[in-house]
Amino acid sequence: MIYKDLVVIGGGPAGLSACKVALEADMKVALFERSFDLGGQLVKQTHKFFGSESQYAKTRGIDIAKILIDEIKNEGNLEIFLDATVVGLYKDNIITVYQKDKYFKVKAKAIIIATGASEKFLGFENNDLPGIYGAGAVQTLMNIHGVLPGKEVVMVGSGNIGLIVSYQLMQAGVKVKAVVEASKNIGGYLVHASKLKRLGVDILTSTTITKALGFDAVEGVEIVKLDDLWQRIKGTEEVLNCDTICISVGLSPMHQLLSMAEANMIYVNELGGLVPIKTCDYETSLPHVYACGDVTGIEEASSAMVEGKICGLMAARHLGFIHPNDEALEFELNNQLCILRQGPCGEKIRCGLKKVGEIYD
Amino acid sequence: MINQDGVATRDLVKSKFPELKVLTRPKAIIECYTEIPCNPCATSCPFDAITIGEDINQVPKIDFDKCTGCSSCIYACPGLAIMVVMIKNGKAYFKIPYEFTPLPKVGEKWLAVDRSGKILDKPCLIENVMITKKTDRTAVVTISIEQPYLYDFVTIRRPYE
Repeated sequence: MIYKDLVVIGGGPAGLSACKVALEADMKVALFERSFDLGGQLVKQTHKFFGSESQYAKTRGIDIAKILIDEIKNEGNLEIFLDATVVGLYKDNIITVYQKDKYFKVKAKAIIIATGASEKFLGFENNDLPGIYGAGAVQTLMNIHGVLPGKEVVMVGSGNIGLIVSYQLMQAGVKVKAVVEASKNIGGYLVHASKLKRLGVDILTSTTITKALGFDAVEGVEIVKLDDLWQRIKGTEEVLNCDTICISVGLSPMHQLLSMAEANMIYVNELGGLVPIKTCDYETSLPHVYACGDVTGIEEASSAMVEGKICGLMAARHLGFIHPNDEALEFELNNQLCILRQGPCGEKIRCGLKKVGEIYD
Repeated sequence: MINQDGVATRDLVKSKFPELKVLTRPKAIIECYTEIPCNPCATSCPFDAITIGEDINQVPKIDFDKCTGCSSCIYACPGLAIMVVMIKNGKAYFKIPYEFTPLPKVGEKWLAVDRSGKILDKPCLIENVMITKKTDRTAVVTISIEQPYLYDFVTIRRPYE
C-alpha cells in the first residue's frame, strides 16, 4: 500500500490545477492519469482559448496543457502515475489502481476526483456503422495521432465542441458538408459559427439526423427538418453524401467512481447528468473526498482550472495544510469563477449549480 | 439571423464600422456580437482602445480615436472576430486572421469571400503576410480590394489552379 496526503484522480485541467495548489500547501500528492500523457482534453485543443488572462486566454489549449504540466512535473512531493486507471474508490479513502497488468492500493488522507466527462451518443438508425465518431474521438485521431477520420464529414451538434472540431477538420483539409443542429439556434459561441460559415460550411438549425446510410461503412446521412415541437416535418428529408458522421451532442460527467463509493448523487440536466452533491468547499458526502471540473458539471476548461485550484486549496486546508496565500487565493479564485459564470453563457451552469446547492448571485 | 446561420446582417456589420472618413487610417473592426466570457482583445491592446471591464462577459467597445490599427487584437482574439480596415485611393485594405496552409504569398490574387461563405465577384490582392512568434501560428494577412466591397469582404480563399 502506498500512503499519501492527497490522491488526485485525473490529469486534465482540473486535476493538474488541484495538484499545483496542494503542492504549494506542502502536501505529498499522487496524481493518477488513465492515459499515457497528462493534460486531458487540453492536449488536442489547437485553438486559442477564451476567458481572461488568469485562465490563460488567447493561449492554445495544447500550450496551456504544457504550462500546467511544467508547473508541477518536477515537484519532489508529487508522484505521477500514467497509464494508471483508478478502478476502485472505497469509503476508507483507499483507491485501487490498475497499471501495467497490475493492481495496487493507495491510501490517502484526502482524494480529489477530477475524472472529467465522456461524450454522449445519439440514437438513430444505423448508428453503429463504421465512420461514425464522437467529436472528441475525431480530435484525438486528428490532433494527437495525425490521422484523418475521412474525407467528407457531417457534424451533428453545434455546441462549441461541434463548431471547433468542424473548423479543425477544415484546417486538416477535410470537407465539412454541414453542421446539423436540432435546436432553433446555434448552440456554441457565434464567433465560432461565423468562422465556419465564411469557410462555406452551412449550419442547419431545426434539423436532425434520421439515419446513417451505407452497408459496410458510412456513405451518407439522411437529415430532416424539425418543427417548433421538435417533431420531424414530413417531406423535408434530405440526403447528404459523406463518409464520416461526427456526433457532438454534449458530455456526461464521469461519475462512476463516486457512484461506486455511494456518494450522494443527483441528476441535473443542466450539468450534463449525474453529479455529486458537494459543499461549497467542494467536499462530497464522503469525508475528505472532493470533486472538481467536469465531473461536477459540464463547463469550459477555464472554469475547470479555477475549480481545481479551489478544490486543492480546500482539501489541503481541511487537513491543516495551510497554503501560504490561503484566504486571498480563495477569494481571488471564487471571484474568477463568478466572473466566468455571470454572463448569459453561464446561465445554464448557474441554474444547474443551484440544484446542487451552490448559489451564485 | 446570426443566431441561426452564423451570418451577421449588413446592418449589424455596419454598426461595428466607424464613419468612412475615420477609415483613412487603419482601425480595428470587432465583430463580437454576443456576451461571452472573454477579454484578450482588451488586455492585449497597447493603446487601451478596447474596453471590456471587470465583467469579462461584456461585448468589447472600441475607441476609434485611440485605435492605431496596430493589429495586436487580430491575433489575440480567440474567436478570430477582429480585422483592421483602412480605405485609400478607392481601395479597402483589410488585415485579417488566417489559420490555413498553405499561406498566401505577397502579390498573389486570392478569392475574396463574404460572411456567408460566398465568393465575391472580384478577387483580392495579397499585400502582406505576417506570422511571428507573437501571432502564435495565426497569420495576419493584408489584402486590398475595391472599396465597394468594404462591408462584404471578410476572408480569403485559395483559388483553384
